[in-house]
Amino acid sequence: MSSMKLTAVLAASLALGACSDTGQFGGGGLFGGNRPADDTQFGDPTSPSYFQQAIGDRVLFPVDRAVLTDEGRAILDAQAGWLAVNSDYVAIIEGHADEQGTREYNLALGARRANAVREYLLSKGVAGVRLRTVSYGKERPIEICSAEACYEQNRRAVTVISGGLSS
Amino acid sequence: MKTFLKSLLCALALFVGVAPLAQAQNGPLRIEITDGVIEPLPFAVPNFVAETSGMEELATNIARVVAADLNGTGLFREIPENAFISTITNFSSPVQYSDWKAINAQALISGAVSMNNTGEMSVKFRVYDVFSGQELGNGLRFRGTREGWRRIAHKVADAVYSRITGESGYFDSRVVYVSETGPKNERLKRLAIMDYDGANLQFLTDSSSIVLAPRFSPSGDRVLYTSYETGFPRVFVLDVGSATRRVLEDQPGTMSFAPRFSPDGNSVVFSITEGGNTDIYLMDINSGSRKRLTNAPSIETAPSFSPDGKRIVFESDRSGSQQLYIMSANGGQAQRISFGQGRYGTPVWSPRGDLVAFTKQNKGRFHIGVMRVDGSEERLLTASFLDEGPTWSPNGRVIMFTRETQGANGSASLYSVDVSGRNLKPVRTQGGGSDPSWSPLQQ
Repeated sequence: MSSMKLTAVLAASLALGACSDTGQFGGGGLFGGNRPADDTQFGDPTSPSYFQQAIGDRVLFPVDRAVLTDEGRAILDAQAGWLAVNSDYVAIIEGHADEQGTREYNLALGARRANAVREYLLSKGVAGVRLRTVSYGKERPIEICSAEACYEQNRRAVTVISGGLSS
Repeated sequence: MKTFLKSLLCALALFVGVAPLAQAQNGPLRIEITDGVIEPLPFAVPNFVAETSGMEELATNIARVVAADLNGTGLFREIPENAFISTITNFSSPVQYSDWKAINAQALISGAVSMNNTGEMSVKFRVYDVFSGQELGNGLRFRGTREGWRRIAHKVADAVYSRITGESGYFDSRVVYVSETGPKNERLKRLAIMDYDGANLQFLTDSSSIVLAPRFSPSGDRVLYTSYETGFPRVFVLDVGSATRRVLEDQPGTMSFAPRFSPDGNSVVFSITEGGNTDIYLMDINSGSRKRLTNAPSIETAPSFSPDGKRIVFESDRSGSQQLYIMSANGGQAQRISFGQGRYGTPVWSPRGDLVAFTKQNKGRFHIGVMRVDGSEERLLTASFLDEGPTWSPNGRVIMFTRETQGANGSASLYSVDVSGRNLKPVRTQGGGSDPSWSPLQQ
């Protein structure tokens, strides 16, 4: 990865740092507390927490869509790169929706988003057996206000790393 | 036909909008045009007579539940006890109609409670049409256990409702729903079951996994729901009596959700998502054999059977936005029925077969609405920041749904509204609640 690209990814992940969650299958679990992003030190580059904080574990989506944005693809390129190096790890991609939708539809929409991420990572060479998907629909918002500022953070797909030798 | 009967039947015939007001009076029936608001029928339920000593409190409590059931419909208005000129101390004595007429009680319900030496409780009741000075139907008796007193009270209220309106009631019924606690981003959900009025709450699961959208079987003995207990959304079936559960669909790499029973209780229609695509499947609940009903790259979900089991209404975004469709219960070609502005989801076929209730999203608001099965006569019954997930009362007269409030402290609770759009009110639950499913009348 070029250093310019890495800078962009870092910036994107730092912007998201305030609302990072660790996901059900990563360290901490869905109900664990948020892990504060450390500006200077992400720790072991082969650790899931490095993936989450330095690479960027999530991509965001437009309203009622499951298309990847340019920013999203950049993050997924970095995810694919990390997964290629850290080949012991598997991932579950969690798809989420904001609260503006009915429960069942949002489950299906979250699944579309998770699948969009999975398909992209597959296209970048990540083996399919390493990538499972799950949708939480609107059940697990990361931000809780009822405004677009929160909704845009909730329309997300989070790549949750697990199963590594060091995890 | 009796005056108050006629007036109430007229009122029940109304659906929406400008509606004739049938005002019950001592004299000829008068019809007025109003904005669909009917004057509730005044009734009195004196405390039931305790015919066995020690039954006084129970006799009072039963009368209060009967009154609360009738009051809660919005079709009746209870006259408070402090307005009574006389009361009823002997179930068999003739009724002093003039005393009840004077306080404008158009219906009078009297009752008596006794206990025999084997511990069996007996509840008798009579309904009087005060203004015509006659008993409405014959006295009736229900028997049961002391512990089952609320059910007996609901059965009395159902019988009264039925005699006065000519329709079956809905009080002796239960609701299964998702009990919710905690903040929006860490909400704990568990299945709960209660009487339709919030009494006799029981939890059916713990809150260790997210659970969604429980649905009663046609006989009320089982509940389908979606749980994350395997880590992925899966359809489970739970036996209400024993609270034992089993996963119905557990194909790796997929998720399953949005289940509903067929009217015969032998099949389940639900969604499976595979590779990001969601379609509708039908499963024989005993054999587990499965049939795919839709096959499209779009989202097909929230299926609901017609009461005759021949058709299924569901939602799909195949047109580019969420809309309602009807197909044969065997799958195949589907016909779109929603054509208004906005998005339509969570359709539920009415027990009478004539209407589909749905959630509508339009211009940032959510509505519960109903439309005819052919898509005509769409009517929105509610409007709020977030209303969704309607379920029908057993008689098709009332719709219960989830209302979620806005903002960081937003929470979900259950509401009900008449199919006419009147009588919107919260349903009593312990804590928050969502995704109600109304049982059939209990047997």
